[in-house]
Amino acid sequence: MNKEFKTSTPTDSEIVFGILNNSESAIKRLYVAYFPMVLQLIINNNGTADDAKDIYQEAIIVLYNKIKKGDFELNSKLKTFLYSVCRRLWLKRLSQMNRYGGDLHDFQEYSPVEDEVEDQAERNMQFSKMQSALGMLGEPCKTIIEDFYIHNRSMQDICESFGYTNADNAKTQKYKCLQRLKKLFFQQK
Amino acid sequence: MRDEQLLEVIERYLNGEMNADERKVFEQFRIENAEVDQRVIEHQQFTGMLKQYGERVQLENRLNAIHQEIDVHALTEEVIIHPSWIVQLWRDHHSKISVAASIAIFAILATLFVTGKMDNNHGLEELKGEVHKLGNTTNTLSKKVDAALKNGARVLPQDKYRGTGFAITPNGMIVTAYHLIERADSVYVQNGTGVFKAKVLYSEPRHDIAILKITDTTFTGLGAIPYTFKRAEGDIAETVYTYGYPQDSPRYGRGELTSTNGLNGDTLDYEISVPINPGNSGGPLLDGKGNVIGIVKARENGLEGVNFALKSSYLLNAIQNIPADSLTKKPVLNTKNTLTGLSTVQQIKKLKNYVFMVKVY
Repeated sequence: MNKEFKTSTPTDSEIVFGILNNSESAIKRLYVAYFPMVLQLIINNNGTADDAKDIYQEAIIVLYNKIKKGDFELNSKLKTFLYSVCRRLWLKRLSQMNRYGGDLHDFQEYSPVEDEVEDQAERNMQFSKMQSALGMLGEPCKTIIEDFYIHNRSMQDICESFGYTNADNAKTQKYKCLQRLKKLFFQQK
Repeated sequence: MRDEQLLEVIERYLNGEMNADERKVFEQFRIENAEVDQRVIEHQQFTGMLKQYGERVQLENRLNAIHQEIDVHALTEEVIIHPSWIVQLWRDHHSKISVAASIAIFAILATLFVTGKMDNNHGLEELKGEVHKLGNTTNTLSKKVDAALKNGARVLPQDKYRGTGFAITPNGMIVTAYHLIERADSVYVQNGTGVFKAKVLYSEPRHDIAILKITDTTFTGLGAIPYTFKRAEGDIAETVYTYGYPQDSPRYGRGELTSTNGLNGDTLDYEISVPINPGNSGGPLLDGKGNVIGIVKARENGLEGVNFALKSSYLLNAIQNIPADSLTKKPVLNTKNTLTGLSTVQQIKKLKNYVFMVKVY
């Protein structure tokens, strides 16, 4: 049983150029177009709708990064790539949960994507370390760091919103916070 | 330079906030000072990762927002492979089904126990009854068989050939036609008193003569043979008759001796006008005085009222020819005719028990 989905699928180049141009609608259209395919794969292989969501978002991120890096070759189909990544991720998840029965019920053709999945796993580990380091950092350090390094706010803005009497104090505070964050980050195994 | 200041410089450098001269000086400083260079790279990587982390969080939030808009439940219904309804039924209701089955089994066992069907002795009683009944039936049957055997009645399968024969000695020597017993597995003879097993003692195929001997244990012997055997040739136009078993009941047939020669001048046979049926073969041909003058032979096909009988002289010769080792004693033929002077009716009454139906299997 292999249901085809009749959702109007955007063309691959539309998506790729949309993402390169930071188009919000391109990601949305991509997401909506292929989610049913992945849901079908996961649901019919011992997974839940939530598993499907996790796996699918992970795969979208892999694809997103690949496109952003300019790695994505337009001759390979987006659909196949997404399916292959999800399949690979789900196999990994299943074997981690010891639920893998040795046979996956497939719905699409797929290609080898081990490298992409491994890179993603590595990055995920770094990010989760960063997340927990930031969590342990506490306020106001966390907000200062996020505002300055992630949201690109100027020291002047930060200084005002935190009520520092002068910019130097804020800079000193930011420096201390960064040093602590580095310490917390590299302490983790 | 303090570490904090160095970091500020590095950040300005990385963010491109330096003017061309400052930048030149710093790059020179970086080349000369490996430690500073290391710090630049380290800081660049770390803040880069922070940036990527931020982007990732942002992307995840966007994806979650998109996901919110999808009706996952409806989609799930659509993509799931539904197992066949019986599997579905089992998955949905297996606990209920199990409970129901358990109750049913318990109920059956309880009913059996209460009604005593589980009691083994009951079954044994029934079996005993059955065995007893069977025993009774067997007893009845064997009684019936015993009675039947005593009465001399015999139940035999359908015979293959049938003919007639007649006694030549009181100890159960019987003459009949050879063609009757030619391919016999076993031979039985029957008269008004019973059915007896017989064996072929001697045969002369050339003359179509066979001599049987009753071997049956139930056979007690015949009385004195009432007729005699005529060696001399019979006379043309003499009245002759036969008595035999063309069917289940004996039949009397009357006629004349029409020729002293048989078919095509065959001197073995008489030609007679007595009506003959196939079962008459081997029967006696008697003259009016009660002398056996021949043995009835096959009927000539297509010629009505023309039949043949072997002349009795050949019978007498055959009796003489019986090998001595098949006999306990030499057969003594009757020489006293007790039929002479009696009416045919009386003659038949006297001789009927000496004429047998020959059954061949």
